[in-house]
Amino acid sequence: MTWLVDLTPDEWNAVRLSIKVATVAMLASLPPGIAIALLLARGQFWGKTLLNGVVHLPLILPPVVTGYLLLLTFGKRGPAGAFLAEHFGIVFSFRWTGAALACGVMGFPLMVRAIRLSIEAVDRKMEAAAGTLGANPLWVFATITLPLILPGLIAGAILAFAKAMGEFGATITFVSNIPNETQTLPSAIYTFTQVPGGDEGALRLTLISVVISMAALVASEVLALRVGRQMDIE
Amino acid sequence: MSVRVDIGHRLGDFAIEARFESAGRLTALFGPSGSGKTTLINMIAGLIRPDKGRIEVEGRALVDTDAGIFVPKHRRRIGMVFQDARLFPHMSVAGNLRYGRWFTPAKERYADMDAVVDLLGIGPLLNRRPVKLSGGEKQRVAIGRALLASPRLLLMDEPLASLDEARKAEILPYIERLRDETKIPIVYVSHSVAEVARLASDVVMLAQGKVVASGPTDAVMQRLDLLPAEERGEGGAVLDTKVLRHDEIFGMTVLVSAAGEIRVPRLAMKAGAPVRVRIRARDVMIAAEKPTGLSALNILPGTIVAIRPGEGPAVEVDIDCNGATVLARITEQSRQALELRLGGKVFAVVKTVSFDRANTGAGLPLEVDG
Repeated sequence: MTWLVDLTPDEWNAVRLSIKVATVAMLASLPPGIAIALLLARGQFWGKTLLNGVVHLPLILPPVVTGYLLLLTFGKRGPAGAFLAEHFGIVFSFRWTGAALACGVMGFPLMVRAIRLSIEAVDRKMEAAAGTLGANPLWVFATITLPLILPGLIAGAILAFAKAMGEFGATITFVSNIPNETQTLPSAIYTFTQVPGGDEGALRLTLISVVISMAALVASEVLALRVGRQMDIE
Repeated sequence: MSVRVDIGHRLGDFAIEARFESAGRLTALFGPSGSGKTTLINMIAGLIRPDKGRIEVEGRALVDTDAGIFVPKHRRRIGMVFQDARLFPHMSVAGNLRYGRWFTPAKERYADMDAVVDLLGIGPLLNRRPVKLSGGEKQRVAIGRALLASPRLLLMDEPLASLDEARKAEILPYIERLRDETKIPIVYVSHSVAEVARLASDVVMLAQGKVVASGPTDAVMQRLDLLPAEERGEGGAVLDTKVLRHDEIFGMTVLVSAAGEIRVPRLAMKAGAPVRVRIRARDVMIAAEKPTGLSALNILPGTIVAIRPGEGPAVEVDIDCNGATVLARITEQSRQALELRLGGKVFAVVKTVSFDRANTGAGLPLEVDG
């Protein structure tokens, strides 16, 4: 049974890379995720439906299309890609950062939905009460709104993480499948299935994939439970 | 200290045109539901922006639409106690209490944590979560939280409305202490005659978005005709009295007022303590001659100063008893039978047992003396 846990260096790299990509994708999309969720939950502005549609696009477009659009925009010669590379030295194409971007974009609608729902559930009267106690809107957000939406925030973050762990189509289209750079777990599994005798490796990585996803799920349940108990919401 | 309000506001079909000022210790905004009192208090707190007008607290303009002034709620330093308490569920009681303190400039902090906790009797609750508190406890914590932000003015929006009678009786004495022992002026919204008569020094009476009467409590509460229909039976004279002595044999307390001695069921208060009593107009009988052989213990001589038509078969009679006005609601038939007219000398008769916790300021149980 040792073949199950005896990973080759390349396989280890894929595991490590996947976790790194998913973590960065999750963390980087949290601030814009909260901002967009706030805007959608509370904002009254022209083009709100349009924004909502754009946010949800990755959910309904074929991942290949999303990946290709990313390539056009953030690729070496894409407008955003060229600008970021020139002014900030951030390069996405064929780098792990590009994989993180693709995963972040694909998980973004899921994250925004979860956070938006929890913001809509917040009793705004609590915020008004905090205001009468002297808290300005920023403090109200930090001390009342944010703690109250924490369960939704955790759920959204874990969803985005899980989505990133499984992302394949957009990633491989945007940044290809380069071992040790952009080859995440799904790409590695795909590669194994394309070569003769790769079944063993594919199975190993599949099991690891299952374990990591389950761990993320359990972690989110435990966190949500703990936060919920603290607030005695159950 | 004073509160001055002169605003106009429109919400769909409902229009408010209200103008009043008060310098009282506890000003009640009183009226039936839908009269605009909660809207008004929300405007003072800064939760609603009036279409036009001016709101001034202690000479500082908080709203002046002509001058383009609108101070946001977090800069007003006006405490608010909501009907639904609104304690923050993710903080302990102590965390809730400390919340406002944090945003108050150090040199303007006058409220002391220990004193407020003591005043409201919430010491044993400090480490609990809001969800573990009873309705009455929540409301006391909410009052404490507002106080600890060291407000210039404390607003209370029907703080007792969602509580049962027992919880109300538990909190009322604390609000009386707040009124008597702190220097913060209070504006109190209520639709209950019992609460207003017991707590308020001044009353602003509202109906359909307009101020229909305002002034000292005893004067305003005599306007039975202005009371909301469902509260009319509760209306009557409000007398400020003092405890003279207790009658231990019969379990009564003798109060002394301008109108004379009034016997009420035993109160848990020391001799000399001030007690405000409300004598419901419907509980008062009128005798043309000094009655004898009557079970009622309170017989107050006086002169009829006003007779107004009341609801249905009733007339309302104001009797001046040595400077204090007692109201009686009797039938027109009785008035004619007794030939009551302005200037007539009569006796107002009130049964001792018609007084209960709802119409005597029963005070805190801690003040019981042996």
